[in-house]
Amino acid sequence: MTSPSDACVSFHGVSKKFGELVVFNELSLALPSGQTTAIVGASGSGKTTLLQMVNALERPDSGSLQVFGEPIPQHQLQQFRHRIGYAVQGAGLFPHLSARDNVTLVARLLGWSEQRIQQRFAELLQAMALPANVADRPPRELSGGQQQRLGLCRALMLSPDMLLLDEPFSAVDPVTRLGLYERFEEVQQMHAVSTLLVTHDIREARRLADVLVVLDQGRIVQSGSPDDVFADPASPYVERLIASVA
Amino acid sequence: MLRRVRSAVLIAFLVLAPALPAAEVEPVRVASKNFAENYLLAEIVAQLLEGQGIAVERAFGLGGTLICYQALLNNEIDLYVEYTGTLSQAILQRPEVTDRDDLNAVIAERGLHLMPQLGFNNTYAIAVRRQLAESLELRNIGDLAKYPKLRLVFSHEFLERGDGWPGLSKRYALPHRVEGIEHALAYQAIADGAIDATDAYSTDGELSRYPLRVLEDDLAYFPAYMAAPLVRSAWLRDAPLAAESVRRLAGLMDASTMQQLNAEVAVVGKSYAEVASEFIDTHRETLGVNDLARQSATATLWTDMAGHVIRHLQLTGLALVAAIVIGLAVALAVFANRRLADAVVYFCGLLQTVPSLALLALMIPIFGIGFTPAVVALFLYSLLPIVRNAVTALATVDPTLVRVSEALGLTRWQQLRHLRLPLSLPMIFAGIRTAAVISIGTATLAAFIGAGGLGEPIVVGLSLNDTDMILRGAIPAAMLAILAEFLFAALQKRVSRGYQ
Repeated sequence: MTSPSDACVSFHGVSKKFGELVVFNELSLALPSGQTTAIVGASGSGKTTLLQMVNALERPDSGSLQVFGEPIPQHQLQQFRHRIGYAVQGAGLFPHLSARDNVTLVARLLGWSEQRIQQRFAELLQAMALPANVADRPPRELSGGQQQRLGLCRALMLSPDMLLLDEPFSAVDPVTRLGLYERFEEVQQMHAVSTLLVTHDIREARRLADVLVVLDQGRIVQSGSPDDVFADPASPYVERLIASVA
Repeated sequence: MLRRVRSAVLIAFLVLAPALPAAEVEPVRVASKNFAENYLLAEIVAQLLEGQGIAVERAFGLGGTLICYQALLNNEIDLYVEYTGTLSQAILQRPEVTDRDDLNAVIAERGLHLMPQLGFNNTYAIAVRRQLAESLELRNIGDLAKYPKLRLVFSHEFLERGDGWPGLSKRYALPHRVEGIEHALAYQAIADGAIDATDAYSTDGELSRYPLRVLEDDLAYFPAYMAAPLVRSAWLRDAPLAAESVRRLAGLMDASTMQQLNAEVAVVGKSYAEVASEFIDTHRETLGVNDLARQSATATLWTDMAGHVIRHLQLTGLALVAAIVIGLAVALAVFANRRLADAVVYFCGLLQTVPSLALLALMIPIFGIGFTPAVVALFLYSLLPIVRNAVTALATVDPTLVRVSEALGLTRWQQLRHLRLPLSLPMIFAGIRTAAVISIGTATLAAFIGAGGLGEPIVVGLSLNDTDMILRGAIPAAMLAILAEFLFAALQKRVSRGYQ
């Protein structure tokens, strides 16, 4: 296991409720720096809530949560979030902006020079194997796979210290998905960023992640290297997750 | 040297200016109600004053007795022609006060004064086809009782009013079964022989056009409606010259004169201005008018229409701009708070349910008559579509996108500026488009409170039963509404470009 000092995120005794519904009770978890951690679980397991606590879209009711070794700075949330790339299922691109403006919006708001913006944008298009002619098109004229890649470009635009990926590969067809995996792996090979990947697909988790955490109704039922988890499922739930995609 | 002369002139002016009769410099604000006779009388007063070199502001065709009366109380106008019966019954609700002196005693405390009467009594009358009247020897209303089979058909209002048919049939013991008809159709119906008798106003111009006999009210059932200028007492004091001119109209018009003047407009088809100036010309000695400021009533169709269109655009444009600015500000302020937003939209909806004319009338005590209250009323009407669309659009932006924008590190303002507002624009524009069309239509009613615009020819046309004139307002208004519809549709399309 990773010691808390190398952790980019550490939950300690975190509880969270939505009304009467208990999502987490006294959850503790550390995510290792520079690696990809996959949280795997069925719908309702609380995996998205866990991810959204990291960039403060949700707040724990109690317990402590440290990101980059410190509590989340509530008065500098914007600056804090600029350090964290975020991509979601279906990409969540703004429909009224071109592909380019979607990816570069925040850099522009931060006052980056035009040259720096265009250079970074070109790099990202190349890394995601997107043709240059998508740049000025609105999202609705692009394929689902292209939109998803642009979503990743947007998450990477500011060269973040951490990536939060909420099922960004699940809304596309299997062939396109394989392409996305390859792009993501290439990016990670060039410059490994601490990544938290949320997915219901344990096979995807095995392929992309260094550490695998299985979540069931807000409880961690197993964590470890993907191979260990696959070799020795800790519970029938984990077995079922493995069987469901086998 | 030049400077010294200039300052001398300035000093002379400052010294002398207070000595000028300030009140007579102020234009006299003459108003009328929205029916033909009152229009004509107001025009006569206006031209009479203009003939004396006194400036006049016309606020003609105001939507009814109470609007004129309120405007007078509010010092929005100086004068309009009222009828004693209307004053005592409808305004003061003291039917027992009928005499002019007694009325003046009552209204003095309100700062008003009824000037000497013009001479005629415009009361209800019962008109019978002349041929029939001669053959049956009908002279008095009471004579009708002898012929219970006669077809008596009255205007709806007359059938309802306490001082109409219910009281009349009782007083004269009339046994007839009666029916209702639209007043404007009654004259034609009686001339065609479809009906035998109907109610009329004793000075209606049509009475001389059709072969009719007016029966004598020998039991003096109908109250007197003696016409007289109703003015503010303060105006009498401040504008003695103008008041003296108006006073000379006293007793100049008996019922047949008034009937004749009304017929010139309603039957012959002359303009108010023409009939008024002919009347003044006829009585120039009595009225003491030397240099008659003749109004050229012709050849102004297009310039008039252009003026009305411009006024109409000013009314609706100003109201719309205000509604956009304030409506959007309100929407931005409340959209995030569901309950507050609901309350605001509900309130705007409530405003929409107030009938247009009532809303305009409600404006008078606060804003008086004319341009301002009309703009305020139109503004209130335009709020609902703008606020409702904006609130709905802003609040229903895809929550996933809002989350993403938050996660990207956008501030609340940046979220609004780069996500919510651009995504809401098409719907906001749809709201503005609806507001523009409603407002152009409703603005035609603004003429009832003297705000001008394309409603003016419509109001005058209605009072004259002149279709041409009505269309002169209605067609451009309809065209403006269509134009606004196309213009805003194009704009809406433009801002929606590139949206899903």
